[in-house]
Amino acid sequence: MRAAIACRSSASLEPKAVPWLFMAPAILLAAGLIALPLGYAAWLSFRGTRVSGSGLGVRREVFVGFDNYLNVLADTAFLSGVGRMLVYALITVPITMLLALLFALLLDNATTRLRRFGRIAIFVPYAVPGVIAALMWGFMYLPGVSPFTDAAGALGLPEPTFLGPVSVYFSVANISIWGSVGFNMVVLYTSLRGLPQEVYDAARIDGSSEIQLALLIKVPMIVPGLVMTGLFSIIGALQVFSEPNTLVTLTNTISSDWVPMMRVYRDAFVTNDLFSASAASMVITGVTLVASLALLRLLQRRAFGEG
Amino acid sequence: MASLATAEKKRRPDQRAAFWPTLVVLLGAVYCLLPVVWLVTATTKKSGELFTTFSLWPSFTGGFTDNLAKLASIRGGAFWTWCLNSLIFAGGGALLATAVSALAGYGLAKYQFRGKQLIFNFLLVGVLIPGVILAVPQYLLLSKVGIAGTYWSVLLPSIISPFSIYLCRIYATAVVPDEMLEAGRLDGAGEWRIFRSIALYPMIPGLITAFLLQFVGIWNNFLLPFIMLADSEKFPLTVGFYSLMNQGNDQVNIYNVVITGCLVSVIPLLALFLFLQRYWRLDLVSGALKG
Repeated sequence: MRAAIACRSSASLEPKAVPWLFMAPAILLAAGLIALPLGYAAWLSFRGTRVSGSGLGVRREVFVGFDNYLNVLADTAFLSGVGRMLVYALITVPITMLLALLFALLLDNATTRLRRFGRIAIFVPYAVPGVIAALMWGFMYLPGVSPFTDAAGALGLPEPTFLGPVSVYFSVANISIWGSVGFNMVVLYTSLRGLPQEVYDAARIDGSSEIQLALLIKVPMIVPGLVMTGLFSIIGALQVFSEPNTLVTLTNTISSDWVPMMRVYRDAFVTNDLFSASAASMVITGVTLVASLALLRLLQRRAFGEG
Repeated sequence: MASLATAEKKRRPDQRAAFWPTLVVLLGAVYCLLPVVWLVTATTKKSGELFTTFSLWPSFTGGFTDNLAKLASIRGGAFWTWCLNSLIFAGGGALLATAVSALAGYGLAKYQFRGKQLIFNFLLVGVLIPGVILAVPQYLLLSKVGIAGTYWSVLLPSIISPFSIYLCRIYATAVVPDEMLEAGRLDGAGEWRIFRSIALYPMIPGLITAFLLQFVGIWNNFLLPFIMLADSEKFPLTVGFYSLMNQGNDQVNIYNVVITGCLVSVIPLLALFLFLQRYWRLDLVSGALKG
């Protein structure tokens, strides 16, 4: 708004200043709410409280160098949280992307029936907040309430366990897969619809089947869309929090530091160790940035032939 | 006989081609709708029935109206307050975010200036940084300024969205022709006037997309309000349900209320979505729109 008024009142303004005025609200907000918090977290991560003086034990906040980082990286609980997060990501990301691509291709395929219904039905979970999705699935995992347990009982099968030590990974992953396949599918589907349809006719005349058409022509042409959705899926998996955190209210299998973000939350707000929380969050930020930038680089080179 | 056989032959390849794709899409639809169906049937059950009757079959024992009444009265009508708060956060936040992003996206798309590359790089990093990570230091800083715990503590961080700016930039590049801006300048219009009367209108579909994405992002957000707010009067739905689940006593009765609340809060959003589907330009997200 400020930019707006300034612009209007001075049409004779230095042309150099104009783009900056348009961007002023965004820059101010980004500086105050992204750059500054990040810098503050970085600063905190090098601070800590130490007992100074002899015997009396006055605790003071001091500069501690890399101590917090060393503590975090040496902490087996944190590392096993990272391990659990990686297992979760390795299940979630490929399955989400494969299902999204599969459904997008099937919906783009002219012979498939019920396409409109399918598209809407698969998109429905996007409108359900992660916490509510976690509660819904959480109830469906609970032995007393679960329709799966009822069904297994009726069929005389052994009761499925959803919240056992191994199955819990798939149960948590399932919640986010359920929530994100639809959105990614619609994004990929829209890019498929945007492709020039004449190419398909040419390929059909050359005798390629619909499956060949999908895999050899359609998929390579929507690589930018795949990169974008894949990247967001990976970032989403690295910062997973609300699904497992909500399941804590229903099961004991998930600990309070099940994934790194849950530990950051616990350190910051339950045990009040802001310094350790900041160091841990800087580690997560660093890993996310490096991983996604590297991935972008790699995929760009792959997708467009050169860097 | 012969004509039947040829009819069969004519129909079969097409049917066979349709069978497997259709089946897979249907399975996907069942997977996505099953929890919603369960939510509907579970809402019809009284608290005891939830654990004793088959959960995918509705009960007709008056559980539905019971649950609705309980939901409406829980914590003195807190559910409606939470609905309203969610609407304020998501609606207000998305509206302001779209305005900020439209201005910045247009500025980035239509002007050449020094430092543009720097802003781009910052934008990219901003898109990649997990919002979750920022929430903790944002809370610390906002509590120093004294606005943690207020509506603004959730609204302000929701207003700045690097991804929205990125979308607006792509869209402005694609749909606002430079010649028209030049023509406006020759006519002596100021830069703000040019933006408002020439550039803004064609950008609207892109702005709607940015608004909806941001709306859902805020509506579904849990961690930010969870960290920022302490007063349950200000909770959005996500944090409200979580706090209900976490209160401990009388768990079994709470399950029914939470399940009913989930259903009631999901329905309007679903309706909004189905209605707004056609206005989305999701090709923006996939980069199919060349910028």
